[in-house]
Amino acid sequence: MKLNSKIPSGPLSEKWTSHKFNVKLVNPANKRKYEIIVVGTGLAGASAAASLAELGYNVKAFCFQDSPRRAHSIAAQGGINAAKNYQNDGDSVFRLFYDTIKGGDYRSREANVYRLAQVSVNIIDQCVAQGVPFAREYGGLLANRSFGGAQVSRTFYARGQTGQQLLLGAYSALSRQVANGKVKLYPRTEMMDVVVVDGKARGIVTRNLITGAIESHSAHAVLLCTGGYGNVFFLSTNAMGSNVTAAWRAHKKGAFFSNPCYTQIHPTCIPVSGDHQSKLTLMSESLRNDGRVWVPKTVEIAEKLRKREIAPKDIKEEDRDYYLETKYPSFGNLVPRDVASRNAKHVCDEGRGVNETGEAVFLDFRDAILRDGEDAVRGKYGNLFDMYEKITGENPYKTPMMIYPAVHYTMGGLWVDYNLMTSVPGLYALGEANFSDHGANRLGASALMQGLADGYFVAPYTVGDYLAGLSYDKVPEDHSEFRKAEEEVKSRVKQLLEINGSKTVDYFHKKLGKIMWNHCGMARNAAGLTKAKEMIQALKGEFWSDVKVLGTGEELNLSLEKAHRVADFLELGELMVDDALHRNESCGGHFRDEYQTPEGEALRDDENFAYVAAWEYLGEGKDEALHKEALVFENVKLTQRSYK
Amino acid sequence: MNLTLKVWRQKKTADKGGFKTYKISGISADMSFLEMLDVLNEDLSDKGEDPVHFDHDCREGICGSCSLYINGQPHGPHQTTTCQLHMRSFKDGDTITIEPWRANAFPIIKDLVVDRSAFDRIIQSGGYVSVNTGGVPDANEIPIPKVIADESFDSATCIGCGACVAACKNASAMLFVSAKISQLALLPQGKVEKRGRAEKMVAQMDAEGFGACTNTGACSAECPKEIKQSNIARMNREYFSASVSTEEV
Repeated sequence: MKLNSKIPSGPLSEKWTSHKFNVKLVNPANKRKYEIIVVGTGLAGASAAASLAELGYNVKAFCFQDSPRRAHSIAAQGGINAAKNYQNDGDSVFRLFYDTIKGGDYRSREANVYRLAQVSVNIIDQCVAQGVPFAREYGGLLANRSFGGAQVSRTFYARGQTGQQLLLGAYSALSRQVANGKVKLYPRTEMMDVVVVDGKARGIVTRNLITGAIESHSAHAVLLCTGGYGNVFFLSTNAMGSNVTAAWRAHKKGAFFSNPCYTQIHPTCIPVSGDHQSKLTLMSESLRNDGRVWVPKTVEIAEKLRKREIAPKDIKEEDRDYYLETKYPSFGNLVPRDVASRNAKHVCDEGRGVNETGEAVFLDFRDAILRDGEDAVRGKYGNLFDMYEKITGENPYKTPMMIYPAVHYTMGGLWVDYNLMTSVPGLYALGEANFSDHGANRLGASALMQGLADGYFVAPYTVGDYLAGLSYDKVPEDHSEFRKAEEEVKSRVKQLLEINGSKTVDYFHKKLGKIMWNHCGMARNAAGLTKAKEMIQALKGEFWSDVKVLGTGEELNLSLEKAHRVADFLELGELMVDDALHRNESCGGHFRDEYQTPEGEALRDDENFAYVAAWEYLGEGKDEALHKEALVFENVKLTQRSYK
Repeated sequence: MNLTLKVWRQKKTADKGGFKTYKISGISADMSFLEMLDVLNEDLSDKGEDPVHFDHDCREGICGSCSLYINGQPHGPHQTTTCQLHMRSFKDGDTITIEPWRANAFPIIKDLVVDRSAFDRIIQSGGYVSVNTGGVPDANEIPIPKVIADESFDSATCIGCGACVAACKNASAMLFVSAKISQLALLPQGKVEKRGRAEKMVAQMDAEGFGACTNTGACSAECPKEIKQSNIARMNREYFSASVSTEEV
């Protein structure tokens, strides 16, 4: 099967405009004859469900949380980019496009990224109209900041809670459509399978998490807005419930999975404190605007720190290594996430880590406090400092923060064409669940932008184009394909409950996480990846013979929910390793030890790897088939990313 | 440290439920309260006992899922969410009592998990600005004084956890409802519909079975996001002015 990305012809800047004109429209009176399923109610899902319902379609929205407002988009801190150029500092749609393509290490599609930059300006207008309280200047206009390595101030923000405010905006729009009767909500409901009839996605099978009931839902199109798969690492900044199950089940029903090895490891998280740890907490990278990253110059001093023989303040200026400022004089502490993370790992691997585990570096605000005063620093970062103190018990106004990279975002996801449709007709993937816009590395404040772009401004056009060619008839929910999918889900529930082994679900999840972090994390190599594949296969075998899931399938059962998710993570983990192993180059978040420049930077191989890897599931126990979508760059010149 | 936990166990909504006591050891001060419960649940699972069910998700204090009533206080002794409460707030040998939110409008689903969908229905009754996607003015065409924007933001930070209801002797939801009414009433975008919004949201709040407000301030004192009681005053004003207005809303 040849992948058809369906990128419209014509000049880059006119593709989306002409595509919007060329898509088929559904007559307003006929929209109510179509039903659309939206799975997930984060930024992508809530915005898509609300916008499609406003157009007149009937929407069913599903989420596993108790309320759509709790989707993990809520936790995004820093901000959302938009090419408004309100600051008159040289920003433009083209510059946002260029920065995103370059930041993604030239592994994303030009047309998709350009469209993202174009609609970014509409997102801000939309959110303000909904009553999202963005930060403002005294003149009453919107404030911006520079964020995550951008050299212009294009990031809109709401203190350190931008994701929360944007999600509550989308949730309010969704709630309005619930009141209008155009959206039916299904909270505490997990999607267990996609149902494909005659080659088209025609519905889903779900499990009611309270009663355990397995139910079928028929529709004309299915939108997966189910987020990323960072929890394959067990420890990540994702919410505890974030999972890959919806995307993975879709993958097994024919949707290709793209670039699974592209994982973003965020540089500024609170370090791991012990084995009990259940999740990692991100500290917004806006902190890097004023905080200076350093470790001691020598291993000896670092050892004294780790044994607590000396305190950070005892270390003289000349014994401190501000390694990012030295190595990257023009970007300094603001280098992109992948670069900052790798360098932190590098200095810690040298033995210069600063906490007891040896896996932490300092993020120091001493100079900012001396320069601007403690009040000014509190004004900018107060809530983040408080959060840090609550978690660690240390006061960052007095002693430097300690940070270490953690898994934060996954750039890979379901393959989609320009219309955000997967390789299964009628099945769409939006937001973090797709692979489309961030290439091999996502820039800060771009995830919120993409989720809302897909949901508010892309899907409402492209889904209509597909529906316009479809009959109004729905596949009945007692159709044999629905029945078959229901039976499969029921037998899987039964199988998990009957194993009655000796180890808890978390035991397997933690073990998988360690394998992934050690061998498919910040740096990978062929030997480690080969070993990881064997280890994952063995662990999968052990899981299906020795996992212990208590309780029944007919009640609220948290270990059963988790068991389903971990079973899927085990399969995904293997594909991530395959993908990382086949990509014999380094790019963005994918760093292979074997492929680096003499200075230790990622070394791309554009001749052989300037493509999107799209994996096709071929059946249990079989290696997946690799399809390649060549990436064509007509508007940017591929260069070695340099932040020196 | 070693602790004694008195935990509310209840199989399902219709059951009576009751406290069960568990001993737990080897708890480190760096653990979060929920990580302590994770340890308990791993112990219980090893013994073949059903783990304690509780709501949680982001574990960074923003999603509003976690909801435990700890030693008689929602989210425990500090003004924070349970996921951000750390075991360094307790001492070796302590006995900790853990209950679900108690309110008629929040029926218990299982153990410590309650049904808070009443909050969603209140938002559905009017907690929004009625704009469709597209066709809105440029974001900077609506200047908003910084102090107003900041005040609106303070109200908007509510995470919908329900601690205000749990803290209130009347199980009133006024802090939650007033936070949304205030956020929108303060902003020019939300002013257009403010009267109808106040009336509809208050009516829905009553229909859900939440109690009335007697101004004890427990809600605000326990709110992990420090939502101010002045929101309730603003809500009452909006509601009152809506009820005496002859304008169509």
